[in-house]
Amino acid sequence: MCQTAIKLSEVSSMVKKATKLMAFMFVILMTLVLTACQKAPEQTAQTPAKPEKPEVILATTTSTQDSGLLDVIIPAFEKKTGYKIKTISVGTGQALAMGEKGEADVLLVHAPDAEKKVVASGSAINRRLVMHNDFVLVGPAEDAAKIKGKTVGESLKAISAASIPFISRGDDSGTHKLEQNLWKVISIKPQGTGWYQETGAGMGQTLKIADEKKGYTIADRATYLAQAKNITLKILVEGDAKLLNIYHVMEVNPEKFNKVNKEGAKAFADYLLSSEGQALIAAFGKDKYGQALFTADGGKTEKDFGL
Amino acid sequence: MDNIWQDPEILAVAWLTIKVSGLATGISVIIGIPLGLWLALNEFYGKKFVVSVVNFGMGLPPVVVGLVVSLLLWRYGPLGMLGIMYTPWAMILAQAFIASPIIAGLSFAAISSLNPNMRLQLLSLGASRWQANMLLIREAKLGLLAAVMAGFGGVVSEVGASMMVGGNIKGQTRVLTTATVMEVGKGNYDIALALSFILLLVAYSVVAALTYLQNRTIR
Repeated sequence: MCQTAIKLSEVSSMVKKATKLMAFMFVILMTLVLTACQKAPEQTAQTPAKPEKPEVILATTTSTQDSGLLDVIIPAFEKKTGYKIKTISVGTGQALAMGEKGEADVLLVHAPDAEKKVVASGSAINRRLVMHNDFVLVGPAEDAAKIKGKTVGESLKAISAASIPFISRGDDSGTHKLEQNLWKVISIKPQGTGWYQETGAGMGQTLKIADEKKGYTIADRATYLAQAKNITLKILVEGDAKLLNIYHVMEVNPEKFNKVNKEGAKAFADYLLSSEGQALIAAFGKDKYGQALFTADGGKTEKDFGL
Repeated sequence: MDNIWQDPEILAVAWLTIKVSGLATGISVIIGIPLGLWLALNEFYGKKFVVSVVNFGMGLPPVVVGLVVSLLLWRYGPLGMLGIMYTPWAMILAQAFIASPIIAGLSFAAISSLNPNMRLQLLSLGASRWQANMLLIREAKLGLLAAVMAGFGGVVSEVGASMMVGGNIKGQTRVLTTATVMEVGKGNYDIALALSFILLLVAYSVVAALTYLQNRTIR
């Protein structure tokens, strides 16, 4: 009897300790909840009059993020207008798909043919040319397929004939779409051959893979320059009209998707084409690479490029 | 790179990582431990099947969770009206989905390994059901804390779901893993390595704190 009493008192003290521990964990949890609820108040302090729907979802290609361009443009836009941009940086194919489902507000992409289809289907409106740069065909310095100085078509033929590794993005991105078009033009179907390898990765990653495998690949110039410090690949073919890389901005159609932030989307698209936005684009990269990574093209259309 | 330790942006990313994964682990503890306890203490038809499902869930691929949560949370998805896609809350939700089965499965194992007569003894000694449960939790604490550590470790190191439902948005949903992937994409291997190191440090600090808690209870 006496023993039982002792055990019971032990039990109750253990229960107390256990309760204390639970209370302690609960307090930690609540602290986390509370701090997670606070939404960085210091950032909104100096912004101008807040728009009704401040959050704008921008679906864009990896090259605009990986090159660092968005890190310059978006803070400037947010500071000026009070909008908050949520950048979802994916391949152009996925960015366009987000637009077609109404899951994004504004699209900044670089695959003209695919873009036209999205506009034709009524999912996006106000397609406007923002800027361009160019693609480059890069490869190992020893250039086993001897493509340096050739045109793009001849180069790809030479790579195919020599069966040297060609590393493709393989992810339905703008770069991938362009590359597939180039193969189509010269009527070569590289898929399934041993030398044609698809990574399914972003541009930076793909360049690194091409470098490791001593293969050729096609990259936008901005990402190549950003990655150049890590790789030994050299630019072998450039300046071919087929390698033009044109970026358009489009607003997702608010009449088709009622949840779209139409004011925010328009404000961002307009900002990209404003003199301020265009100046930021034109200057971007000069300090770091000694050359601009993009050419600002506000007001131009594809006709100006002979397309 | 020189003063990465003073970069407020990186500190904010690290802090968000702790908040998101900590909160997700907390939610998973609230779901997982009672579920594990309940499974261990009750006999019912189909229990083996339920346990196998929980154990299977311990290996749930984060990308699959990310995809399913995205489909649910998209504007035009069934839970679109919540408007939490591409916010930390979406990441917390996805991570809680990943960690809950881990914590439930390991809690079940920890409590099952106790002497089954212990509970009967406690009840016969006059403990209420609640007291008996709390004591069992206390008794199995070594295993339960290991479960919490495994759950936290699982979500803090996860990148697929966070990338998909969070979007790696600067200043909003960028956590250490997604930032590392992005810096690799940009070719900034030095920054990526520094971020990885911070991630290891964060994971270690949390696990070390839990281990301290675990050891303190051993007499």
